[in-house]
Amino acid sequence: MATSTPTRDAYVPPPRGSQQTPVNARRQMWRSRLWRFDDKASPYAYIAPFFLVFGAFGLYPLIYTGWIALHRVEMTGLDQMEWVGWDNFDRILHDAEFWTAVTNTFVIGVISTVPQLLVALGLAHLLNYKLRASTFWRTVILTPYATSVASAALVFALVFRADGGLLNWVLHFVGLGHTNWANGEWTSKIAISVIVIWRWTGYNTLIYLAAMQAVPSDLYEAASLDGASRWQQFRKVTIPSLRPTILFTIVISTIGAMQLFGEPLLLEGGAIGATGGTENQYETLSVYLYNYGWHLGHLGPAAAVAWAMLALLLIIAAVNWLIGRFVRKSAV
Amino acid sequence: MTMTSPTQAPELGLPARTAHRAPKGPSRFKPGAGKQLQGGPFAYIALAVVGIGSLLPLYWTLVAASHTQDEVLASTPPFLPGGRLMHNLDAAWNQAHLGKAIVNSFVVSSCITAATLFFCTLAGYAFAKMRFRGRGGLMTGVILTLTIPPQLSVVPLFMMMSDLGWGGKLESVIFPTLVSAFGVFFMRQYLSEALPYELIEAAKIDGANNFRIVLSIVLPVARPAMMVLGMLTFVQAWNDFFWPYLALNQQNPTLQVALGQLSASYTPDQSIVMAGALISTLPLLVVFVIFGKRIVGGIMSGAVKG
Repeated sequence: MATSTPTRDAYVPPPRGSQQTPVNARRQMWRSRLWRFDDKASPYAYIAPFFLVFGAFGLYPLIYTGWIALHRVEMTGLDQMEWVGWDNFDRILHDAEFWTAVTNTFVIGVISTVPQLLVALGLAHLLNYKLRASTFWRTVILTPYATSVASAALVFALVFRADGGLLNWVLHFVGLGHTNWANGEWTSKIAISVIVIWRWTGYNTLIYLAAMQAVPSDLYEAASLDGASRWQQFRKVTIPSLRPTILFTIVISTIGAMQLFGEPLLLEGGAIGATGGTENQYETLSVYLYNYGWHLGHLGPAAAVAWAMLALLLIIAAVNWLIGRFVRKSAV
Repeated sequence: MTMTSPTQAPELGLPARTAHRAPKGPSRFKPGAGKQLQGGPFAYIALAVVGIGSLLPLYWTLVAASHTQDEVLASTPPFLPGGRLMHNLDAAWNQAHLGKAIVNSFVVSSCITAATLFFCTLAGYAFAKMRFRGRGGLMTGVILTLTIPPQLSVVPLFMMMSDLGWGGKLESVIFPTLVSAFGVFFMRQYLSEALPYELIEAAKIDGANNFRIVLSIVLPVARPAMMVLGMLTFVQAWNDFFWPYLALNQQNPTLQVALGQLSASYTPDQSIVMAGALISTLPLLVVFVIFGKRIVGGIMSGAVKG
């Protein structure tokens, strides 16, 4: 392995015995050994901090979560762990609220990710034209990314408010009446999705734009020589070239959707936010975890929720993989 | 939008023209330069609509923060900023420990950014330019960690922090975020292209050891990418909500935590909450206005070949 790149050793002139004193030769040997050690150990030393920090604060807690999930641990006495076996899992799996949270997470994930990525694709296509002030447009579209979940959720909470909300004012103005957004089964999920879409569309747009600009222009020239319209070029050249990037954004957005927390927590705030609405109509898994662990103070069930999330993530990954395999097979 | 944009090309004499246009010389380095079509008015209208949509909530934050709550929630809401901004900022400042929260946010974000830059540049350099056993597998491991949501480990993390005596302290937010997989990946991408092997070899011939090479060659070469990664990391650390909200408390919050608590308080005044939101967003908006172009470029360069 070391021979494939020229290393420093290759350039050290071979000791010419006749001209060198033994002391010099020994020093040189020692030095070259030191250098070799430096070469061997340095890469590991450079990547070590990442793995140490991740191991200590990522991997170890992840596994430890499984252990805690089998115990009774209360917020009031963190150092007292009492073995309860599968009770915590039993508890959450028989809790209707848990399944509501699973469904909500899934539904909100879909209705926030799909439109977001479609709009991002369209916007990236527009930005890929030669435009005046293109940097300006890119920056404006990315601005929501600079806003925190908390501020975004709070300002949208004001917009979606039932009484005196800006959106209801607009709807009333055009004669469409009055909606209690946060109370509705679907309207509350839409409200949360809007916050997600607002914050992340610009980011995904730029990722798509970067991928579009990397598509070789010969492909488009060949397509237009064959008489392909712009729409056909977009479908037959742009989209296939972007497939890895699209997959990447789908994976990232799916993981993001699993984590939705601030948006539902702050939509109405307070105790209503901690249970994801009066009837848990917009409670996500993260909010459910927070509610059990930090609001009610039972860390055992909260840990069980974490492992349920891991299981869900693995199922999604497996489904993704299967779909990917199926698509690849049917494409051949 | 996706549907309509390509059909809006009645000036479709264009494809023929592109076909005859000889590929430009440097198009090898700037792919796509040859095929760029002029955007029609539709593109500008669509971008303007999206742009207004992007900025409107921020404008509404300002409007709401500068009126009384009754005015904001009135049957006809105000559309221009009012004169109560200072009063509301002051109230938010006093109600939610915002002064302390700003300092905390700066400390947390700066520490995380500095550590991330240092460690990720080192690791990125190792993955980009050094050969060692297990390199491919370890890099795959780094990327896989991107897919693990923090939710999975917060419960034991909370208990660990309490054991370490960091419960409710800034350390509990800083330490778990000292490195980032994205940062390692980003620096590796950049350095594998921007740093020629010749430069490293020349330094080796001159007798520099590995750490010397990092200090005098890798860091200067990596500077542009470090600027971008630094800004992205700072934005992310500043805006982080989930773990800080669980780990910190009312007495010692970051800005986002303080904001969350302000809104969770009993019957919050919406104008004051919006003033708090403005305080938490403003520093980043300023950064964004100044460095927006670089951040845009950074996200785009980090994404290619992702």
